[in-house]
Amino acid sequence: MAQSVRPNTLFRNLNAKIAAMPMIITVLVIFVGCTIWTVVHSFTKSRMLPKLEFVGFDQYERLWGTSRWLISIENLFIYGACSLVLSLVIGFILAALLDQKIRFENTLRSIILFPFALSFVVTGLIWQWILNPDLGIQSVVRDLGWTSFAFDPLYNPDIVIYGVLIAGIWQGSGLIMVLMLAGLRGIDEDIWNASRIDGIPKWKTYLFIVIPMMKPVFVTAIVLITSGIVKVYDLIIAQTGGGPGIASEVPAKYVMDSMFLKQNLGQGFAASTMMLLCVLIIIIPYAYLEFGGRRNGK
Amino acid sequence: MANNPIIPNGPKPKSIFTTRNILLYGTLLIVAIYYILPLYVMIVTSLKGMPEIRLGNIFAPPLEVTFEPWVKAWSTACTGLNCDGLSRGFWNSVQILIPSVFLSIVIASVNGYALVNWKFKGSEIFFAVLLFGAFIPYQVMIYPIVILLREMGLMGSLWGLVLVHTVFGMPILTLLFRNYFSSVPEELFKAARIDGAGFWGIYFHIMLPMAIPIFVVAMILQVTGIWNDFLFGVIYTKPDIYPMTVQLNNIVNSVQGVKEYNVNMAATLLTGLVPLILYFVSGKLFVRGIAAGAVKG
Amino acid sequence: MTMIKSLLCAGALLGATCASATELEVTHWWTSGGEAAAVAEFAKAFDATGNKWVDGAIAGSGGIARPIIVSRIIGGDPMHATQFNHGRQAEELVEAGLMLDLTDIATAEGWADIVYPKGLLDSCTLDGKIYCVPVNIHSWQWIWLSHKAYKDAGVAVPTNWDEFVAAAPALEAAGKVPLVVGQQGWQTSGAFGVINIAVGGVDLWKKINIDKSAEAAASPEMTKVFEAADAARKMSKNSKVGDWNLATAMVIRGEAGGQIMGDWAQGEFSVANQVAGKDYSCLPGLGVNQVISTGGDAFYFPKNKDPEITKAQKQLASVMLSKATQVAFNLKKGSLPVRGDIDISAANDCMKKGLKILADGGILPSGDQLLSADTTGQIEDLFVEFWNDPSMDITTAQARYVKLIKLAD
Repeated sequence: MAQSVRPNTLFRNLNAKIAAMPMIITVLVIFVGCTIWTVVHSFTKSRMLPKLEFVGFDQYERLWGTSRWLISIENLFIYGACSLVLSLVIGFILAALLDQKIRFENTLRSIILFPFALSFVVTGLIWQWILNPDLGIQSVVRDLGWTSFAFDPLYNPDIVIYGVLIAGIWQGSGLIMVLMLAGLRGIDEDIWNASRIDGIPKWKTYLFIVIPMMKPVFVTAIVLITSGIVKVYDLIIAQTGGGPGIASEVPAKYVMDSMFLKQNLGQGFAASTMMLLCVLIIIIPYAYLEFGGRRNGK
Repeated sequence: MANNPIIPNGPKPKSIFTTRNILLYGTLLIVAIYYILPLYVMIVTSLKGMPEIRLGNIFAPPLEVTFEPWVKAWSTACTGLNCDGLSRGFWNSVQILIPSVFLSIVIASVNGYALVNWKFKGSEIFFAVLLFGAFIPYQVMIYPIVILLREMGLMGSLWGLVLVHTVFGMPILTLLFRNYFSSVPEELFKAARIDGAGFWGIYFHIMLPMAIPIFVVAMILQVTGIWNDFLFGVIYTKPDIYPMTVQLNNIVNSVQGVKEYNVNMAATLLTGLVPLILYFVSGKLFVRGIAAGAVKG
Repeated sequence: MTMIKSLLCAGALLGATCASATELEVTHWWTSGGEAAAVAEFAKAFDATGNKWVDGAIAGSGGIARPIIVSRIIGGDPMHATQFNHGRQAEELVEAGLMLDLTDIATAEGWADIVYPKGLLDSCTLDGKIYCVPVNIHSWQWIWLSHKAYKDAGVAVPTNWDEFVAAAPALEAAGKVPLVVGQQGWQTSGAFGVINIAVGGVDLWKKINIDKSAEAAASPEMTKVFEAADAARKMSKNSKVGDWNLATAMVIRGEAGGQIMGDWAQGEFSVANQVAGKDYSCLPGLGVNQVISTGGDAFYFPKNKDPEITKAQKQLASVMLSKATQVAFNLKKGSLPVRGDIDISAANDCMKKGLKILADGGILPSGDQLLSADTTGQIEDLFVEFWNDPSMDITTAQARYVKLIKLAD
């Protein structure tokens, strides 16, 4: 591209570099600099204030010996896996349904998308209320006569994380649906005609022809969903506060509580470094496929 | 593609079964209920008086409509000794929102443009790290940023918060613009170069006008994200300039005697109103913008 | 700001006092009904000196408020005064030299002679210098009992922990929650601490919390404490509330028999117009032993370059400790004053019980003064898990507790 244009390359690229300065500074100072700062301090015994007194892997040993951290990690994986799969599946199915040339498409789309406009704090509050056994669904169903009906996910340690999931999906799946819908609209009508003529069932066309064609959409969707999952914090705070007990704790909350509530920065930094590591493990294969693949493609 | 069926024949006449329609619309109805129900509960509850709420059913429409909770949430709900409701936070949020949205979009669009058309050595690596930044938990960076802002003298100020929003909006927005600009035919860019247009010339005269749909998407995403932010607002500001979400939290969590669900719901709705209106008004543009840009990888 | 101030001055025609009026932003996490009423007393007294109290309440208990307070102090844009629980929460901030030294005013006003018990001022002292003003004494060792709940269940209101345990089945049969415990770490670990002192005795508690003896924590006496806690969590299994004051509200409404909670619950009862001895009872030390811990709240004043503000900060410190403010504030808050030389005739039954124990010297330091925030936090994690996870048996819980005490600092 630009490199192939010889004259004035240096000067013009300089211009582009200047324009990209905010990005470069952000990357170097914030994303790289702050991350390194945090990783370095995770090996110290910093308490309320950061201090460079190194203690080796002590913080990590303690971290992995803490049941609350283990529960947090487990929750993140359950929540992450379910949220990723469900968002994609629900988003795609809804998009496919809306793509059937139905009536009221605009209205339905707005209804499905609007929760995305609300913050996690609001989402958590409202679902906490609907799932409250004394006020919400459970009590309403019981009032209707089914007195043994029990639905109190937020008060049952075994399933509380799924109660959070209901709210998370409600908030986020609309955006995915819109993405998918846009992707579906981008599929050439000829492909549908062709597969119809061939007598290929509709679901097969979706599964084997349309979805592979929508790879970029899925990539964008996955980026959006995953980046949200790691950060899940507000939702937990507003909906369950980590409870009952510590059944719905998540790593981000462990980090915050360690740093500020327990005034043990070192422990918080160690936990956030582990979170980073998790992200790296997930993201490196993707980055390899995405960037490596593209280079081969072009 | 695995199989490539291209057999041009006359299309078979498609029959519309009513069962199909019943299934389709039935499913959509259930889906719509799941999505709309919480909003309905919020609105209904915010219009009830406390005695009625205590009686029970959260799904029942109000017997007696009252707007008092709304008035209270907006202007008299208390946190500690401050009894001025959400009104103050609203204007703070507006003041934070406008510069943050403007700055982050300008920077991200230039980034995207430079990354696609003016690749320089290492630009791809910078982009990769930037994108990775989208996945870094905010918690990792909260503390060092406190120190950075202190050194810059911006801690606790409006501009400090604007800066933070700009930085954290950058990864996803840059991805958005980069994807969009890479779908612009390269010939266009080359022709402009031959005509002697420079970096900014091409940006303002060719790229900017073409990118309106994606600007709309970016704007909607940022307005929602920044308006709804709680974490940064609470950590990097002070009570004078607390955004609305922070005050919402204060009001909802300041329980004086009994939890006033109706006031809480009204406050919640008021806080969500700006992004909600934006979505209902510009939802179509948003969808179109996404179709135009975000989808192309 | 200055312009607004002068406008206000012109409007109010305050004249002379206006010249020295300084606005002080004060952060705290007192947002419940009784708490807000108490803060208003501080604000009123401070405003009367011609300065202006700018309220910076942050809702959601210390857990949400403290990160904000700490990051603002570290970020170099501190508020002018802030609440902490006195003890070790602000230790490092003081060590880092971020807090104003109040020694001169403390010496001038003779704080060392008026603050009682003395341990309170010690918690504010580092290297002989005083950095905070204790404003109240809060003790954890109380159980609050609803007369209505026991009347409905047809049993007498208990007078000690054993009777309370014995009455629990009757309450349950009447559809009430015998013991309500908010599902937050600090509440469950607090309740455990109280049971520890009542069941295990003061000496055992001291050995563990002051000497940090892991042996004592592993002793069979401590196993008994865990057994009692196990019984307590069974009694509280139906309490589905989070915030402490919502739990207190259940006691007030007679939906729950009792709540183990610090004396700040007192404020909620008085806001609800409940009369001690008639509508509710309070048992210090769970009716077993007459001791109370002397934790509480203190105000710290982050350093500021402006001499006007420093002056006002010291004024505020002095106001907070003055006789009149102490009485007014603590009556509303339900806590005990930090001065031994004042007489609160308006105090109700429960406060009087507390004052008597205080005067008799039945005092213990509070956990906040003894254990670091880190250890406290880990203990809270343990007990919130223990309380909410019935599958966690007492052997496991005790073993983990012993481990935490061994590593405590």
